Amino acid sequence: MKQFLSFIKKEFYHVFRDTKSLLLLFGLPIAQIVLFGFALTNEIKNTSIAIYDQAHDPASRSISEQFAQSPQFNLVKNIRNQDEIEAVFKAGEAKLVVVFPPNFEQDIQHENKAEVQLIADASDPNTANTLTVYASNIIMDYQKELMLTTTIPISIQTDMRFLYNPELKGAPNFVPGVMALILTLISVLMTSVSIVREKENGTMEILLVSPFNPLMVIISKAVPYLVLSLANVTMILLLSVFLLEMPINGSIVLLYAESTLLILTALSLGLLISNITNSQQVAMIVSLMGMLLPTLLFSGFMFPIENMPLPLQLISNLVPAKWYYIIIKDIMIKGVGFMSIWKETLILTSMTAFLLTMSLKKFNIRLAK
Amino acid sequence: MYDVELNHITKTYENGAVQAVKDVSFGVKKGELFGLIGPDGAGKTSIFRMLTTLLIPDSGTASVNGFDVVEDFREIRKRVGYMPGKFSLYQDLTVEENLEFFATVFNTSIEENYDLIKDIYVQIEPFKKRRAGKLSGGMKQKLALSCALIHRPTVLFLDEPTTGVDAVSRKEFWEMLRRLKEQGITILVSTPYMDEAALCERIALIQNGSILSINTPQEIINSYPKPLYAIKAHKMSALLHALRDSNLVDSAFSFGEWHHITLQDSVTAEQLKVSLQAEFPTVQMEAIEPGIEDCFIQQSLAQHEVEL
Repeated sequence: MKQFLSFIKKEFYHVFRDTKSLLLLFGLPIAQIVLFGFALTNEIKNTSIAIYDQAHDPASRSISEQFAQSPQFNLVKNIRNQDEIEAVFKAGEAKLVVVFPPNFEQDIQHENKAEVQLIADASDPNTANTLTVYASNIIMDYQKELMLTTTIPISIQTDMRFLYNPELKGAPNFVPGVMALILTLISVLMTSVSIVREKENGTMEILLVSPFNPLMVIISKAVPYLVLSLANVTMILLLSVFLLEMPINGSIVLLYAESTLLILTALSLGLLISNITNSQQVAMIVSLMGMLLPTLLFSGFMFPIENMPLPLQLISNLVPAKWYYIIIKDIMIKGVGFMSIWKETLILTSMTAFLLTMSLKKFNIRLAK
Repeated sequence: MYDVELNHITKTYENGAVQAVKDVSFGVKKGELFGLIGPDGAGKTSIFRMLTTLLIPDSGTASVNGFDVVEDFREIRKRVGYMPGKFSLYQDLTVEENLEFFATVFNTSIEENYDLIKDIYVQIEPFKKRRAGKLSGGMKQKLALSCALIHRPTVLFLDEPTTGVDAVSRKEFWEMLRRLKEQGITILVSTPYMDEAALCERIALIQNGSILSINTPQEIINSYPKPLYAIKAHKMSALLHALRDSNLVDSAFSFGEWHHITLQDSVTAEQLKVSLQAEFPTVQMEAIEPGIEDCFIQQSLAQHEVEL
C-alpha cells in the first residue's frame, strides 16, 4: 500500500512538473467550452429573411414592416407561393421565412387568435434557435401593441418549424460532446504516453526488476489520470452551469458515476496502446488518430449519426464516446434516471471489461516476449 | 558457491536473424567483483537483461542466488540491484524524491540502509533538491548507484556504469565498487573500457556474443603467447602500413602514441629494427608488458582464425 501511494505521488509530480501537458490537460477543455459557448453562438445581425404573406392585410403588413426595420433582420424577398419557401432555403437566400396565413387580420379580429409560422434553416442549430426567438419577440411586440387598443385578449401564436435538423441537435448538446471528447482524449493520451515514457526512459526496466508487481505499475498509473479527469469533468460542468447558464437537469451523482465509467474505458484503451507501442510519439499518434477522429466523427456530437450511411452507423457503435454522449445528454438535458440509460451503461461497461482484459493480457512483465 | 551462474546461454533477436549471445557459460562467486569486458554490441547488455529476468534466453539455463531466471523471476527481482546502461531515473524528480521512490518500491526506507549508500550519497546530498535531469554525468551515476543499492541487494548488476562519465568520476566509481565488494555484495559489471578490467577480480572477455576467456586480469595477461613490442617513428601511419606489409611481423595495431606489434617466430626485435631503419630513421622500439586490450585483440583474432 505504501508502495502504491508512493507511486501515485510520483505520478502527480510528473504531471504537475510538466507544465505543457498540464496546460493541455486543463486549457483544452476551457478553450473548447468557451469556443463552443461563445464563438459559435453568432450574434444575430442583418440576417436575411423572406416573408410569405398570404394575407396582405394591415396586420400582416404592419408586422412585415417591423421585420424590415429590425436591425437583426434584412428582408430580402417576398415570396409568392409555397414552393418558393424551399427554393429560398436551398439557394441560401434566407435563414428564416415568416409565413402569414390568409385572413390573418380577420382571424385576429373575429377569433382573437391567429398563427404566424416561422420556418428556420436549422442546419446551424444555434443560429436557427436564436433567429426564431428574435422573430417571436417582434410578433409579441405587435401583439402587445394591439392589446393597448382593445380589452379583448388577443393571442398571436407562432408555429416554429426547423428545416434540416428538426431536433435542433447541437446547441445545448455541445457540453456533453465536449465532455466525451476531452475525457476520451485526455485519458487515452495521457495514460498511453506516460507508460510509454517509462519504457523510453528505461525506468520501466528498473521497475520491472523490483518486487513491485508490474500490474500495480499500471494501476497506479491509472489512478492519477482518473483523478485529473474527474477534476476536468468538474471544471467543464462548472463552466457550463455558470458561464453558459446550462442547467444540469439530472442527478449529479449519476453524471459522475457515468463519467468515471467512460474514463475507465479510456484508461484501459490507453493501457492497451501503451502495451503495443514503444515510443511516446507513436503512442501519441495512435491515441490521436485512434481516438480523436473517431470521437469527433462518430460520437454524434458534431455529425448526426442517423444521417450517416449504414456501415458508418455500425462503426459508430464501437466508439465509447458515442454511448457516453447519449448517456450524458440524457442526464443533463432530459434529466432522466439510471433506468433509462442502463443499456448504454451496460455497453460501456462491457467495452471497459474487454479492453482491460486485453491490455492486462498484453502487458509484458519482461522487456520482450 | 556461485551467486550468478550461466550454462550454455543463447539469445537471438528478430526470430533468430541476429545472434546476440552464443553459448555463454560462466559463474560469479559470492562476493566477487566480476567484469564482463567487450566492445559495444558484444552481447553484454543481453546477458545482463537475461540475468535480471528482463529477457528470456532462447536456450540454456541461468540462475541468480540459486533462483532460475525464468521460473523464479519474482524471487530474483526482490533480491538484486540493477543499474541499466542508460541513465534510467526520473529526470523530473529531485535527487531525494528519486531515492525515496525507489526505496519505497523496494519495501524499504532511506534510513534503513543508509550506511550502505552513505559514502556515495553524501557526495550528491548537497544537491538533493535538484532535479535528476539537471545533474552532471558523474552525479547521475552516483544517484543511480544509490538507487540500485537502497534495498541492500545480494547481487548488483551494473551495465556499463562508466560509459559517458569523466575520468575522475570513473576512478571514484571503481573505488566505490571496491568498498561495496567489501560489504559482501556480489558485483557483476560490464564495461567497454579495457583499462577498467584490471580493477576486477575476474573478468570474462566477450566478443560477438561469445566468451573469449575467463580468468583473473593477471592470468589473462600472463597467457599472452608472444613477446610484445611497442614501436614508434615520425610517420606513424606509414609505419603501420610498413609493419603490416613486413614478413617479419605477425600482428601490428595502433595504440595511440605507439604501435603494438608481435613478431613472426624466430625473428628478433633487432632484425625488424634494421629492416625499418632505411625508411624510418627515427624508429624506436621496446619490449612491453601486454595490457588487457592487447590480450583482447590477440584472443579475438585467434578465435576468428578458428572460425575460419
